[in-house]
Amino acid sequence: MSAHSTAIGVSSKRGVWGGGNEPLKASYGKLMMWFFLLSDIFTFAAFLITYLSIRVSYPAYEGPMDAFVGSNEYWPIPELVFDAVPFLHGVHAPLVFVGIMTFILISSSVTMVLAVEAGHRNDRNDVVKWMLWTILGGATFLGCQAWEWSHFIHGSDAGSIMTFVNGLGQNVTETVHGANLMVNEYGPASFANLFFFITGFHGFHVTIGVCLLFLCFYQAAVGIYDQRGHYEMVEKIGLYWHFVDLVWVFVFTLFYLI
Amino acid sequence: MEIQENKSTLEVTPRNDAKVKKIWITAGILLAITVAEFIMAFTMPRGLLLYALFIILTVWKAKYIMMEFMHLGDEVKPLFYSIIVPLIFLVWLLIALAKEGTEIFMMRW
Repeated sequence: MSAHSTAIGVSSKRGVWGGGNEPLKASYGKLMMWFFLLSDIFTFAAFLITYLSIRVSYPAYEGPMDAFVGSNEYWPIPELVFDAVPFLHGVHAPLVFVGIMTFILISSSVTMVLAVEAGHRNDRNDVVKWMLWTILGGATFLGCQAWEWSHFIHGSDAGSIMTFVNGLGQNVTETVHGANLMVNEYGPASFANLFFFITGFHGFHVTIGVCLLFLCFYQAAVGIYDQRGHYEMVEKIGLYWHFVDLVWVFVFTLFYLI
Repeated sequence: MEIQENKSTLEVTPRNDAKVKKIWITAGILLAITVAEFIMAFTMPRGLLLYALFIILTVWKAKYIMMEFMHLGDEVKPLFYSIIVPLIFLVWLLIALAKEGTEIFMMRW
């Protein structure tokens, strides 16, 4: 791609940055995708560093693990909050479900890079095959996240007794089930707020990613990229998809491990 | 017209097994690091050491994703640095907000 556009009749005295060539050896579209991702890195980094900042402003839970109860006096322990798995109601399975989600997202990243590799070889069949696997992984991840959110919002059977200021401005002490933006059974209100905003923003990126993947899959399947003469779109959408995986790696560490 | 005719039939090059193998090795490394993180989460006592290890492993994974999957390592140096160097600003954001959070903690408790 870059080789075609080297200008004719440009003096070699101009040097690398003198114009008429491509100093970064990458197409316009790819460069713009990289700089968009750079700006998105800043957005997510701001979110995640805010999480860290609010987290250290609360004391950590000090007592024994099996005596843990949710309270807005201290930050909860993630493996005691995220311990549910679909179809296994009431079973304590810490971090198992999020482990599965992480595995699915990393796998879809692998199939994406295989699609990019096939794109370099102009192999339409392989591109279509790996794109389909990637779409499947992305959609499964979204389904898992929907379940995770639903469980987080509805909460456990027992709930926790919380003292908080309710929507009418009254100071109340009552049993709370699940989470909303005012109060949650797991910890301080900001714990659920940050969870909703950060995993929600990430899930929004995944949703857009799945739409883009589908577009790319469709265009590859009907032969648009063959006509165009290159499969660069697979590469650009691949960059975006790997970025989504990259963000998840950090979300996973901050929310579920630390 | 000529260009269109030229490009309507693309030549499919055969699979490069070494490249594909490298992709699977990277995937294996990412998976192994994640499994290690899981084991550490359940076996090590919670504390600064564990958190530091988690963050180091996370950055290590991020490096693999950016270098191998996003092929940033294969780009020319100016492009590589124009993506990596701006991230230095985040270091200050991290220091500033971590300090801020600690001080709110002091005020509150």
